[in-house]
Amino acid sequence: MNKLLVSPAPHLHSKETTKGIMRDVIIALMPSVLVSLYFAGVSAFLVLTVSVVGCVLLEHLIVKYMMKKKTTVHDLSAVVTGLILALNLPVSSPWWMVLIGCVVAIGVAKMTFGGLGHNLFNPALVARVFLLISFPVQMTNWAVTNGIFTPENPLIPGFLLGAQGQLPDALSGATPLGIIKEGLANGLTMDVLSQQHDFSYWQMLFGKINGSMGEASALAILIGFVYLLARKVIKPIIPLAIVVTVALFSGILHLIDPAHYADPLFHLLTGGVLLGAVFMATDYVTSPMSSLGMLIFGVGIGLVTMIIRIWGVYPEGVSFAILFMNAWVPLLNKIKPSPYKKEVNLG
Amino acid sequence: MSKTFSIGGIHPIDRKFSKDRPIEDLPVPQRVYLPMNQHLGMPSVPIVKKGDRVKVGQPVAEAAGFVSAPVHASVSGTVADVALYPDFQGKRVLTVVIETEGDEWLEGIDRTSQLKQEITTVPEETFRKIKEMGIVGLGGAAFPTHVKLTPIEGMQPEYLILNGSECEPFLTSDYRLMLEHGQEILIGAELMRRVLGTDVNGIIGIEENKPLAISAMQKIAANYLQWKVVPLKKRYPQGGEKQLIDAVLGRKVASFALPISTGAIVQNVGTAFAVYEAVQKSKPLLSNVLTVTGSGPTIQKNYRFRIGTSMRDILYSAGALDPEGNLLPQFAKLVSGGPMMGKAVVNLQAPVVKSSSALLLLTEKETKRQEPGDCIRCAKCFQACPMHLQPYLLYQLALAGRTEELEKHRVFDCIECGCCLYTCPAHIPLLDQIRLAKNASLKNKRKK
Amino acid sequence: MTSIFLYTVLILSLLGGLLAVVLYFVAQKFKIQEDPRIDQVLEVMPGANCGGCGFAGCRAFVETFINNPERTDLFCPVGGNESMQQAAQVLGREVQEQAPKIAVLRCNGSCEVRPKFNTYNGSPSCAVVADLYGGETSCSFGCLGLGDCVQACLFDALAIDPETCLPVVDEEKCTSCGACVKACPKKLMELRPKGPKNRRIYVACSNKDKGALTRKACPVGCIGCGLCIKACPFDAITLTDNLAYIDPDKCRLCRKCVAVCPTQSILEINFPQKN
Repeated sequence: MNKLLVSPAPHLHSKETTKGIMRDVIIALMPSVLVSLYFAGVSAFLVLTVSVVGCVLLEHLIVKYMMKKKTTVHDLSAVVTGLILALNLPVSSPWWMVLIGCVVAIGVAKMTFGGLGHNLFNPALVARVFLLISFPVQMTNWAVTNGIFTPENPLIPGFLLGAQGQLPDALSGATPLGIIKEGLANGLTMDVLSQQHDFSYWQMLFGKINGSMGEASALAILIGFVYLLARKVIKPIIPLAIVVTVALFSGILHLIDPAHYADPLFHLLTGGVLLGAVFMATDYVTSPMSSLGMLIFGVGIGLVTMIIRIWGVYPEGVSFAILFMNAWVPLLNKIKPSPYKKEVNLG
Repeated sequence: MSKTFSIGGIHPIDRKFSKDRPIEDLPVPQRVYLPMNQHLGMPSVPIVKKGDRVKVGQPVAEAAGFVSAPVHASVSGTVADVALYPDFQGKRVLTVVIETEGDEWLEGIDRTSQLKQEITTVPEETFRKIKEMGIVGLGGAAFPTHVKLTPIEGMQPEYLILNGSECEPFLTSDYRLMLEHGQEILIGAELMRRVLGTDVNGIIGIEENKPLAISAMQKIAANYLQWKVVPLKKRYPQGGEKQLIDAVLGRKVASFALPISTGAIVQNVGTAFAVYEAVQKSKPLLSNVLTVTGSGPTIQKNYRFRIGTSMRDILYSAGALDPEGNLLPQFAKLVSGGPMMGKAVVNLQAPVVKSSSALLLLTEKETKRQEPGDCIRCAKCFQACPMHLQPYLLYQLALAGRTEELEKHRVFDCIECGCCLYTCPAHIPLLDQIRLAKNASLKNKRKK
Repeated sequence: MTSIFLYTVLILSLLGGLLAVVLYFVAQKFKIQEDPRIDQVLEVMPGANCGGCGFAGCRAFVETFINNPERTDLFCPVGGNESMQQAAQVLGREVQEQAPKIAVLRCNGSCEVRPKFNTYNGSPSCAVVADLYGGETSCSFGCLGLGDCVQACLFDALAIDPETCLPVVDEEKCTSCGACVKACPKKLMELRPKGPKNRRIYVACSNKDKGALTRKACPVGCIGCGLCIKACPFDAITLTDNLAYIDPDKCRLCRKCVAVCPTQSILEINFPQKN
């Protein structure tokens, strides 16, 4: 006789799993990964590999030997963290720096809080900011990414050489945001800067701009965004709130003084706004749960990003902004859904 | 744009495999078990004793108070026992057992299937008959129908909503009833409408996945001035009282308020059919329609059963038992009711009752719960909750036993629809704990 | 260079001094007059804050204990007589000795004798099961074996025995705080006197069904036959709802009931083996 199963209702479950969600995020990240592979080849591949393998291995070891529990790596969340961390690093990152990033992301930002679902801050971003502060030289020396098949980039990964400066043929360049930050500080105007440098929006959209691996192509990120929306993994509130805030903020300043403030499209397409808005600010664990909370969260990220970009020391502020707003999430989660109020009986 | 309720909800796959199977009459069972708690409220009190002879339709138990209902013999024969019997969940319930002898009906009951369209009873008489014939809500909660039809001071009913949404997957009994007995349903509904008041409007809410039922009911409703059919977008839990009122009228039932406070009363289509039989045919609530279905192609039935028939008899007729009388090995779970809110059965010998709507056979693959993981705060439960609660939070508070905060977060508003647990990607048993906390909180509130 | 150093030290010292003065006055202003005996008595309390005494914590208990000398019902089950005597000494008063207690499980239906006929597949909590249905076995009164009591125990004194599927009380660790009694949805846990030499006798069953039903569900259940009542020379045993109960105050541990029980549902603990 087969024993009957008994459980409280409901007796069906949607097919959704944590693993499935993580898999969707990984798929959504693929366009950006492919773009970075296309432009930086072996270097990008090695950074990605070390980051993903490092994160997964580290989580496995920590859960198994320090927390003495069943390993949790099969939920794929460590893979997501590894990918996002890699996409937040320059192509030329040396291997030891990537590994330190993994230790900070998984070891410090994720597992010390108790693992998946318990961390307060986005692990990949904590690692990025940690690296940015600890190794400013390596983290802001951007190899000019001219594609793998061009003579400028002879397939020698900066990765193996360690420091950026030893790359034979690659040129180091600053990101567009870095250029205008420095230029404006030196008294130049936007017109002069855009004449000196080639700030083509097409390039920004398709990926020939300097920056960390994932920032290269806005289009790739947008493809991922559409996928996540279609799969209903994320709600569009947070990314839209960030983008609209950044656009409004920079738009108003640009209207007031176009000579000293870049236009909104420039701010949206350069730097990590899109990458952050789509993949990092929407991280379930570190973002609010209610729609209103999400809106406040997104607007906050947009504001802090622009404040740092325009008046701060760093040229880019998305990571700081997201981390800053992460700290507000527990408070934003206090927003209670409202019950229906007593309605007047019209009869 | 079809209507639906405003927040939360999920879209489980339909799986209405048995929707094309006409209702069949089950053979009269050898013996019936009539539990005394077939309705919400005080359990009925038996008025027969061992050895008494009863006819079909004869009352065997009377209502114990106003919020209660009588029970009638569904077969004729000898009372074999009046004692505690385990119900389908293994809990002990006072039960009247009748050994069948022949099929002798009480005089005055019209057994023919002839339609009696003309309404001759006055509302007071209708109300009395509904009460005496043991009619209860057949949508699941089994709340005595006459209580719902009793006016409450200061709350004027404006709408009578007939619930034909049947939003649970698998279930098709209401659908078949609407197709085969639409006319009777509308007469029953009209009878209830007249009890509530002549100026009350009637609305039949039917989900769009049942186009045949919508057109059939529309055709019939065309003959009744005060009735109209409202097609609803498919979404679970549309059949919930508060959700249906929201979907049909756009009125929201306030937290911890009765649905009637919005001027609407909801009755199930099955109940309307029972009211028709009780009033027009003087037939007490003796039988009901239920779906026997599983996800395989083999077992897909809609049956009219005598109340008190043991589940084993019904499963046997449907071919769901092996020669030894156990469930076929491919099925791991038997659920009484729909897959979202129904209850798992442990005792096959237990009877089906007035409000039984389905016997559902589920395979292990479909129904076995996975190991719960960590909450990733995806807020899917929160987005799915039709009552605007925060299931993830209630779960945590329930585990910690923080009663005060649970009440602050309106745990008592939970309608146990199961959307949160259904949707949780980490497979956390949210509703299990929330249900416990809710029951404790309601008990607490009643004490005050 | 030196001046910077000097100014820094000076300003910080000044700031420190100033704040210290402010702090002093604030502390004076908001000082709470508290009975000094509270802290003294708290010293001798176990400090587990388990709530076994019925109060929110040790402090709440001590405050009530000090302010209500007339109440004799106040007792800390965890600290036991030792703590209570010391507390009384601090306060210069006397307290009555109470027999030390221990939690016992009034169910002996191990999974070997009480087979499961269905498989529970929900939240692993006895409370949820009890709310849902009769349980995995035919006995709807017995232990559900999911360990709500183990979860509730603050002293690590309970553990589910994997062989019997029943919780086992660790005699050394149990403080008779009563947390398990509250946690068990089937009300199977009972605090009984530990007994002389830790010996005690109790009916390890809570089944209130009629004898035949009980016997069908579990071979070691109390069938309410009443043989033990006749055998007891001290009138210690009563029978309600087909279930025998041994009054620990009247029981003299003669073990006559154990011998006559046809289902071995009366347990004797820590007695030497009979020949």
